[in-house]
Amino acid sequence: MKIHKYDTVIVGAGGAGMRAAIEATKLSRTAVLTKLYPTRSHTGAAQGGMAAALANVEDDNWEWHTFDTVKGGDYLVDQDAAEILAKEAIDAVLDLEKMGLPFNRTPDGTIDQRRFGGHSRNHGEAPVRRSCYAADRTGHMILQTLYQNCVKEGVEFFNEFYVLDQLLVEEDGVKKSAGVVAYELATGEIHVFQAKSVIYASGGTGKFFKVTSNAHTLTGDGQAACYRRGLPLEDMEFFQFHPTGIWRMGILLTEGARGEGGILRNKDGERFMEKYAPVMKDLASRDVVSRSIYTEIREGRGCGPAGDHVYLDLTHLPPEQLDAKLPDITEFARTYLGIEPYTDPIPIQPTAHYAMGGIPTNVEGEVLADNTTVVPGLYAAGEVACVSVHGANRLGTNSLLDINVFGKRSGIAAAKYAHANDYVALPENPAQQVIDLVERLRDSTGNERVADLRLELQETMDACVMVFRTEQTIKTAVEKIAELRERYKNVSVQDKGKRFNTDLLEAIELGNLLDLAEVMAVSALARKESRGGHYREDYPNRDDVNFMRHTMAYREVGDDGKDSVRLDYKPVVVTRYQPMERKY
Amino acid sequence: MATPTLSKTDAMEAAAAASPFITVTFRIRRFNPEISDEAQWQDFQIEIDPKERVLDGLHKIKWDLDGTLTFRRSCAHGICGSDAMRINGKNRLACKTLIKDINPEKPITIEAIKGLTVMKDLVVDMEPFFQAYRDVMPFLVTTGNEPTRERLQSAEDRERFDDTTKCILCAACTSSCPVFWNDGQYFGPAAIVNAHRFIFDSRDEAGEQRLEILNDKDGVWRCRTTFNCTDACPRGIEVTKAIQEVKRALITRRF
Ligand SMILES: Cc1cc2nc3c(=O)[nH]c(=O)nc-3n(C[C@H](O)[C@H](O)[C@H](O)COP(=O)(O)OP(=O)(O)OC[C@H]3O[C@@H](n4cnc5c(N)ncnc54)[C@H](O)[C@@H]3O)c2cc1C
Ligand code: SF4
Ligand code: FES
Repeated sequence: MKIHKYDTVIVGAGGAGMRAAIEATKLSRTAVLTKLYPTRSHTGAAQGGMAAALANVEDDNWEWHTFDTVKGGDYLVDQDAAEILAKEAIDAVLDLEKMGLPFNRTPDGTIDQRRFGGHSRNHGEAPVRRSCYAADRTGHMILQTLYQNCVKEGVEFFNEFYVLDQLLVEEDGVKKSAGVVAYELATGEIHVFQAKSVIYASGGTGKFFKVTSNAHTLTGDGQAACYRRGLPLEDMEFFQFHPTGIWRMGILLTEGARGEGGILRNKDGERFMEKYAPVMKDLASRDVVSRSIYTEIREGRGCGPAGDHVYLDLTHLPPEQLDAKLPDITEFARTYLGIEPYTDPIPIQPTAHYAMGGIPTNVEGEVLADNTTVVPGLYAAGEVACVSVHGANRLGTNSLLDINVFGKRSGIAAAKYAHANDYVALPENPAQQVIDLVERLRDSTGNERVADLRLELQETMDACVMVFRTEQTIKTAVEKIAELRERYKNVSVQDKGKRFNTDLLEAIELGNLLDLAEVMAVSALARKESRGGHYREDYPNRDDVNFMRHTMAYREVGDDGKDSVRLDYKPVVVTRYQPMERKY
Repeated sequence: MATPTLSKTDAMEAAAAASPFITVTFRIRRFNPEISDEAQWQDFQIEIDPKERVLDGLHKIKWDLDGTLTFRRSCAHGICGSDAMRINGKNRLACKTLIKDINPEKPITIEAIKGLTVMKDLVVDMEPFFQAYRDVMPFLVTTGNEPTRERLQSAEDRERFDDTTKCILCAACTSSCPVFWNDGQYFGPAAIVNAHRFIFDSRDEAGEQRLEILNDKDGVWRCRTTFNCTDACPRGIEVTKAIQEVKRALITRRF
């Protein structure tokens, strides 16, 4: 075991982690621990764009953006946070441009902007061009630009280090962060990083679904590490299903495709979104479009032999426009489906895409231990966190924005905290929990296999807690997850070595997914209403009287050693906008 | 507007629905110094739909047959650059190569990319590769006061370096280059591609410095224009052309 000491430790080198690192490195001795090489992070997969009311191509302002964000999130958004997001968006985009990001340009040389779902002029009048983009590679450009600037600033990275535990120590009755414990992939060695402040920026948790746009590595490690140490997770029942994933594979085809004029059609060639969202049509918010697609499929208007998908039609767009604006996604269709998008429609289905919930933080990125108390020295930003700027449904282009705005804020806040405060003494045997976990899995002779359990989990989640949910389906999921968690105790790995043991790490990642799936299902069961990404067929309406509040899920361990999820609730911050019915 | 013709899509859907599995042999170069200093080939037979990716095949092996098989991967759709490997003697991304496109009748050979030290199975030490990248100053350098708004750039100036912005640092190019195999000191195509991305960016002011770095004995002049890199690049970047443009800029000092 090795012990390291840093002022600030950042967990994750995606957009949020590297944006934080660029700030924190200037102010404090900073280490970035990442399980992937920074440029492998899934921020690089983001396509469509990053929202900011620059008003470069048409009238726009941050207040309209705030409203759209609140409405898009079905009024579960904390409005003070949404206002910060929309206001600071403008500088966030300009910062990136100054760091070198090659945005697409207007004829006058300013940053070009395009339409995206749910973003509107003057509180819903018509779609507005608010998304700043670089073809359909905006996330790639953000990730590259941030990495380039980390190289420029000399940020210190520990690549292929998996953070597996969060150290919390009680001092004067307050739980404080003392550091993290990490596993080094190359050697199997365990490292303790003592740090004055820790920022989680470890991304999402989409891999508990089967059809998903998320990378294999998005397994909610950060959420799980904090949750196991008794910290709450907020709004985990809210997961976004993006309307246009490649049929069966889940690979994303950006909403930018519809922003450029692409149309969804059923088997009769009908532009069905006109029925469901007369104004915004194909650019209504994602939860609305995903439900509409499944309604078409259920009512027998799906395409293909099994009628299990619909089409994204780009054939009416000029090939030059597709080449210039959507080169990557058209290539995905060619590579993975053998389809030519110039002439043929692309089969799509909703794909599990984005975790709205996560580790609760305030607007400085400070992690909350309950509804109001912060954990000194602990921060979170990006998809792992829940500020909450996305509420019950995130608008497209608001996450690349989120990672930049709150990545920067948490980087500054954490470094300042590290300046003003001393180290918290490490607990005795700080690495014990991780050592036990690793040894148990490596030495186990149990007869359960990681791949089997993971597949069963994914199939359960797809069937039971996807776009449509009912009491019955969620209960089925809760029971199945409980069974899988039990069987997980008998999981064993074949690779018993220390060197690059990805077999072992997949087993650990599965443990995280199982814990988080349980939290999601239990939270969803208790929310007896429909709001944003959480749609209950047995409670089809939003219920502001009983449920306009955030879910806070805690892990509780009983006297018998068994753990369970305890739910509590937190009020939503409302400033300007009273809840209204959501129409697009 | 007319209902689009569904011919090609129809055919694809029908084929997908039929989902014909075939038996394929993956012949993989295994190496684990914890067990042996020798690398050796090992054959695995799997049932797979030919429209699946080589990466899906590797997962089938790892998940169902042999958990010790080790490779890197993340996004599974050609965007993160984790899984460049030599497949049937050519550098490719396992997640962007479909079984049907590489003749599944014969055993499919899979080994680590060349020129970088193999750590275990298909995993190589990427550090020298990233070091070369960091050495070319891969970041925008500007002087003077920052403008309050964005820097202006015409669409044409933006287009000038578009191709080289697509790089995902997968190392398929560098590890397919015979010059790099012989001498790991050579910067390699990927580093030059990333220098190109800034040299030809109208906003950047450090082109001269980068050119001097690449003028070094281990720089662009080592390139012998074999085009392996261009063939290997999964992002379709015209790598050789980018290297030629850097060479030309070194001669004319115009960029
Ligand atoms: C296909 C796709 C397209 C998208 N398009 C858009 C878009 O157009 N606009 C938009 O706004 N949003 C988009 N999103 C959403 C957005 O891209 C993501 O939410 C965002 O990039 C997440 O960034 P992040 O920094 O939080 O996490 P990530 O980029 O996922 O980074 C996570 C980091 O954490 C590290 N990590 C994870 N676990 C550990 C651990 N245990 N120890 C150490 N390190 C760890 C990883 O190595 C990685 O570096 C898209 C998402 C997807 C999947
Ligand atoms: S130039 Fe192409 S092959 Fe080379 S590292 Fe970049 S993406 Fe990979
Ligand atoms: S797994 Fe990301 S490029 Fe292949």
